[in-house]
Amino acid sequence: MAKFQDIDYYNIESLLSEEEIMVRNTVREFVDNEILPIIEKHNRAGTFPQNLIQPMAELGLFGPTLPAHYGCAELNNVAYGLMMQELERGDSGIRSFASVQSGLVMYPIYAFGSEEQKEFWLPLLASGKRIGCFGLTEPDFGSNPGGMLTRAERKDGGFILNGAKMWITNGTIADVAVVWAKLDNEIKGFLVEKGTKGFSAPEMHGKHSLRASVTSELVFQDCFIPEKNLLPKSGGLKSPLMCLSQARYGIAWGATGAAMACYDAALQYSKSRIQFGKPIAAFQMTQEKLVHMLTEITKAQLLTLQLGRLKDQNKVKFTQISMAKRNNVHHALEIARMSREILGANGILDEYPVMRHAANLESVKTYEGTHEMHTLILGEDITGIGAFV
Amino acid sequence: MTILLTLDITIMKILCFINHVPDTETKVKVSGDGKLLDPTGINYMLNPYDEFAVEEGLKLKEKFGGEVVAVSLGGDSHKDTLRKALAMGVDKAVLLKDANPRDSFSLAQSLAEYAKEYSPEIILFGKQSIDYDDAQVGGLVAEMLNLPSISVVVKLEITDGKVIAHREIEGGHEIVHSKLPIVIIAQKGLNTPRYPSLKGIMDAKRKPIEEKTVTANSPKIEVIALRKPPAKNPGKIVGTDASAVPELVRLLHEEAKVI
Repeated sequence: MAKFQDIDYYNIESLLSEEEIMVRNTVREFVDNEILPIIEKHNRAGTFPQNLIQPMAELGLFGPTLPAHYGCAELNNVAYGLMMQELERGDSGIRSFASVQSGLVMYPIYAFGSEEQKEFWLPLLASGKRIGCFGLTEPDFGSNPGGMLTRAERKDGGFILNGAKMWITNGTIADVAVVWAKLDNEIKGFLVEKGTKGFSAPEMHGKHSLRASVTSELVFQDCFIPEKNLLPKSGGLKSPLMCLSQARYGIAWGATGAAMACYDAALQYSKSRIQFGKPIAAFQMTQEKLVHMLTEITKAQLLTLQLGRLKDQNKVKFTQISMAKRNNVHHALEIARMSREILGANGILDEYPVMRHAANLESVKTYEGTHEMHTLILGEDITGIGAFV
Repeated sequence: MTILLTLDITIMKILCFINHVPDTETKVKVSGDGKLLDPTGINYMLNPYDEFAVEEGLKLKEKFGGEVVAVSLGGDSHKDTLRKALAMGVDKAVLLKDANPRDSFSLAQSLAEYAKEYSPEIILFGKQSIDYDDAQVGGLVAEMLNLPSISVVVKLEITDGKVIAHREIEGGHEIVHSKLPIVIIAQKGLNTPRYPSLKGIMDAKRKPIEEKTVTANSPKIEVIALRKPPAKNPGKIVGTDASAVPELVRLLHEEAKVI
């Protein structure tokens, strides 16, 4: 396939700063040169390209919005979003890795951690010398995390942790897990280090989606967690939900990137594939699909840009993040499926990226708040009536 | 009592001349007067060969300490490329401001003037700019400064002021010895240019780009006309397996007359 050309039908680039454009272009080049050539191989094998962790860290992809003091780039949220867009144009699994490390591990340590925890962990996580994961979801508690069964009890100099977490990105390869558990019936965050007695993180197998990403269970059996590993400023369900808002924000941008990759593949293919003596791009039904795809991509781009500007002004509401995550992932999946249709039988081959993106986006539609949960969050916000139960 | 003196206290001054050229993916058009490239709708980038020069400059600084300065001659648009060099890690960027088109000689004169004033230990160029492909400026600047120059360099070693450079020649490498100060003209293969880090991009914003207005002397060369190459005829697929070989050989012999 020819090199990716930017998709920007509304000249949205004119709304970006020079630094934002340079961040996007740099990550774009990195994805084109380092991720696209190897991703199908890893997707087939069901492996995460661990050799990319160091180059990703050197580029500054971990915790890039956090202060320079911790070795981070201090990007604004729009530049961070553009970075996520480009990473997921490569693969949702690669973007998930960066999302988890940044939004679900470094962010909670930064937001809820002590000075000592921040000074110790953030530089190690930014430089990729340590990998993190985030444990909230449990086998029986997904959309309803408040019902979690994982418990911490006080014990001399620390806590005893018992319970299990599921669907944990990076779990098996993580050096530290940010684990949410009930302590005296209040949800608190704990840093559980690899090697803690009674802690195991077996990898989950058999995924048809996010194959180039590690997904694990976390099991805690009478794990002793020292006092210094409690995130002191965490408290209540609000704490993990604040982390999820960070991750969902990145997903809204990332899904747009996956959609751009699929549209680009479909457009190129439709102009070169000849049937009945002319390119299939010359058929009205193909054109209708391409126009629909480009229109939805343009809308998604505008949603995320304004969302990012609001976030940079500290004016964003979590319900606005829900709208962008819900809309952009839904349409990205639709665009991936339509691209597959335009590519016909070729669309199922991993010579093209569309089926991989379609399969990945099935997960993305469900994780970090399902499409349905975001609908209910927005429904409650606009009517004032909760319809969760 | 023994007194230890550090003898090698000079910090290395490293100068990289860089150019702002159309993106390799851009389809170029000839401008209305038929003498230049039409800049409308073109994405520009740091000239790929100059990226090797910048990377080598940064590596030398990492090894010897010192300062890397990137300089570009052109209009305000060249600031984008200078900012990329800053993001990669150069210490200082200078725009020699002159938006008018230059021939290689008058360009080299202005660059040499700057270099003379700065007096670096090493001047790095890419072997050519991928817009007009003259591949002359590095050599001209060396000559104007009366400095040795080594072109198409794919490997560079500097020890105690001595320079060993590997040049790419037909079918092999030529190993050349010289000494500082010197002009080194980079070829692909010299190194793998780093990506600017996101932190580097943010830091670049805080580093100023120094501007100096420069004027051209009379050019030595005038472009009379710039034309696109004639369109290629479509290729012919003779077959997809071994049975096509005799026909392919016949066509290459009788029609293309290349064997």
